Amino acid sequence: MIAWQMSAGLALALFMLGLLGLLARRSLVFVMMSIEIMLNAAGLLFITAGMRWGNPDGQIMLILVLNLAGAELALGLILILRLRNRITNLDGDSVNLLRDVP
Amino acid sequence: MIIVFYAAAGLTLLTTAAAITRANPVHALLFFVLSLIGMGVIFFTMGAPFAAALEIIVYAGAIMVLFLFVVMMLSLDIAAKRRETGWMIHSVWIVPLVLVAGLGIELVRVFLGSSATGVERIVSPQEVGLRLFTTDLSAVELASILLLTGLIGAFHLGRKDR
Amino acid sequence: MISYLWLIPALPLLGSVILGMFGPSMGPRLSGAVGTLSVGLAAVLAMAIALQWLGHPPAHSMYQQTLWSWINLPGFSINVGLYLDPVSLLMVLVITIVGCLIHLFSTEYMEGEDGYSRFFAYLNLFVSAMLLLVLADDLALLFVGWEGVGVCSYLLVGFWFSESANGYAARKSFVVTRVADIFMLAGLLLLATQLGTLNIQNMLAGAVATWPSGSLMPAVAASLLLMGGLGKSAQVPLQTWLPDAMAGPTPVSALIHAATMVTAGVYLVVRTHALFLLAPSVLDAIAIGAVITLLVAAFAGLVQSDIKRVLAYSTMSQIGYMFLALGVGAWPAAMFHFMTHAVFKALLFLTAGAIAMRLDHEQNIFAMGGLRTKLPLAFWAFLIGSASLAALPVISAGFFSKEMILGAVAAAPMPGMVLWGAGILGAMLTAIYIFRVVFMVFLGPVNTEISGSYGLRVAIPLVTLSAGALVVGWLETPETLGGQTIFSQFLSPAVGVFRHLPVSAMIPLTGIAAPLLGVAIAYTLYRNGTWARAATTEPSRLTLFLKSGSGFDTLYDAVIVAPYMGLVQLLRRDPVDQMFMLLRDLAVALHRQLRATQIGQIRRYASWMMAGSVATIAILLFA
Repeated sequence: MIAWQMSAGLALALFMLGLLGLLARRSLVFVMMSIEIMLNAAGLLFITAGMRWGNPDGQIMLILVLNLAGAELALGLILILRLRNRITNLDGDSVNLLRDVP
Repeated sequence: MIIVFYAAAGLTLLTTAAAITRANPVHALLFFVLSLIGMGVIFFTMGAPFAAALEIIVYAGAIMVLFLFVVMMLSLDIAAKRRETGWMIHSVWIVPLVLVAGLGIELVRVFLGSSATGVERIVSPQEVGLRLFTTDLSAVELASILLLTGLIGAFHLGRKDR
Repeated sequence: MISYLWLIPALPLLGSVILGMFGPSMGPRLSGAVGTLSVGLAAVLAMAIALQWLGHPPAHSMYQQTLWSWINLPGFSINVGLYLDPVSLLMVLVITIVGCLIHLFSTEYMEGEDGYSRFFAYLNLFVSAMLLLVLADDLALLFVGWEGVGVCSYLLVGFWFSESANGYAARKSFVVTRVADIFMLAGLLLLATQLGTLNIQNMLAGAVATWPSGSLMPAVAASLLLMGGLGKSAQVPLQTWLPDAMAGPTPVSALIHAATMVTAGVYLVVRTHALFLLAPSVLDAIAIGAVITLLVAAFAGLVQSDIKRVLAYSTMSQIGYMFLALGVGAWPAAMFHFMTHAVFKALLFLTAGAIAMRLDHEQNIFAMGGLRTKLPLAFWAFLIGSASLAALPVISAGFFSKEMILGAVAAAPMPGMVLWGAGILGAMLTAIYIFRVVFMVFLGPVNTEISGSYGLRVAIPLVTLSAGALVVGWLETPETLGGQTIFSQFLSPAVGVFRHLPVSAMIPLTGIAAPLLGVAIAYTLYRNGTWARAATTEPSRLTLFLKSGSGFDTLYDAVIVAPYMGLVQLLRRDPVDQMFMLLRDLAVALHRQLRATQIGQIRRYASWMMAGSVATIAILLFA
């Protein structure tokens, strides 16, 4: 059987990749996708923990993570669609009306 | 089994890395779907067949397809692709790489700190279902409320401007 | 019936709450009705209780009603409870009946003013607080009422707050009485720590049992309480606020600054007289201070030109008489003078208000004249009030009460005769200054425009109070006039039996002669034009000195206010403050720096969050 450290390391690697995408990419579509990657990594870690203890709770948590990802994606995508009317290039950096105007 | 795990892990890592570096969002999403399928295989090898099925059916099959539809509705053209390429200069990767490396080092230390081995057991869907609908019933209710919130929010935000 | 005692303070409070919450939308007619009826019902209830009391006095002539427990500590507890005995019953009767009449008068007097319902809300609140003060069975609860009337006095003196002078007068009266209240509070704390209770009866019993007469502790406690009473009752040295308090509407002056609140000090001393009896030196000090007050105020009254200020100084002077009576231990005499004074001084103030109503709010007596035929009702009311204030023999109530005081003073051991002499001088001055006002205002040619007419709501209080000023004196008369002693017998369960001590015939005769002489002097000076000339010529230094109330204001300004304000100016640049300002500046500078990081880019925010997480985990791992 697989050592749980291996799959935890894989989860960590995936999480880091997602984080990298989140911090580096400007396009909002990629930002959304990076968040999904990070959620998935978290799901993998839950499954790993479930395997480590031989326990169904890991899978239950994955179901809840899926749930969250679905709800979050629905709202995030609708927001991107709305933003498309204002910012045609979907540049996350130009959505900065909440900055401190001196 | 171990070979399958390593093969799937390599596929997942590669496709994920490809997903976050593509300029074309549709390509990126397809890579991500591939990575999710790899993830499903990994779940299966780790003794979680129900999670594996869900990952492929719900995540790759439903959620990502929804994502793909929306990206296509955005009708990104060749100019958008060029813009994406222009944003991905080397310098934007520096700070994120430093931060991610810091996080990686720290978490690897955490994982290396413990050395226990896993319990070898396949957790069947039946077991998951039993647990989910007995002791964790309130979590199911909360999840349904969350989905309902998402539904109402999406409906509200998606209405035409008056 | 007596078990409804709690309703007496509760009814005006209810009226005040109703007026405070719904007043502006109720309209003047309804607000006036609510305000008057709430006090009126309390008056009816008080009279019913009084009748029952006269028929069947309760055991030991006192009634105690514990409402609820307020503070409960091991070894020390305070109950919210009411205590009724003849003294507080008398106070309640005067407050509710005179208060009701003044409310009725106000409904017409304040007509068309802004804040009509606010006025009645304050007035009701005042009556409620005053009733709580006199009914409290615990000094702590009494202090609540004490502060309550102080707040209401502040609110009502500054009722027309859009003029800054009125606001200043309100602040002055508030601050001066607050200074006095600090002393009183210190006295309460001293009593609480020394005797372990603030319940008045238990406290007095404890004081008598623990402290020998003439020892230091009762003297300190009594003088601290006394300072509070002096401030509230506008006695030297804390009298300066009362003339300024005339900035309020005239019914307020009648109710608060003549009939009720300013006599709270007298009530306090009578209520705790057992404590004062343990401190004879304090009683002597009361008598001497009272004589100073009554003479200073009487001289000041001689030269005022504002009718309300004359009355204010006369109030001060009459309360001086009450304190004089307290100083010689003649508690019933003080209470008797309190009652007659409440009636005739309310009458005088209301008449002054009634005159002002018709004369476009003129208050300068030199601008008036000849109102005798134009305003007969006001003339007769004012004349009766003045006669009572001047203590004209036999026909007026003030005569009997002042005779009772002066007789008791004259019979007191030395320096009784000196005090008596000062009292007689004061009585003569009183007659001079009040009849100076009467002659200036009501005789001679008409100088002013007179408009409008009096409605019933003005006439009823004036007539009722006039009748009262004529007859209430017969409740207690000297030997030669029948020797009636209803009043002192009524009070005797609470304050002990009062004996009219035998004095030589000279004493009452002088007491009769002094006011008559005063009236004669006033008339002579009026006839030969001295008063009228004084209004037009440049006032002499002596006049100015007397007019300012013997310069107490100037003295306090120089000795207390100016150094205090200097200190305040100095403390504006306090080094300790500077240290805190440094902290503030630091916070502002940091805030400027942190603001710069708010750039509105989610990516950047996420980077910062990540950096924070990495740093936190690093601390947890490596530290």
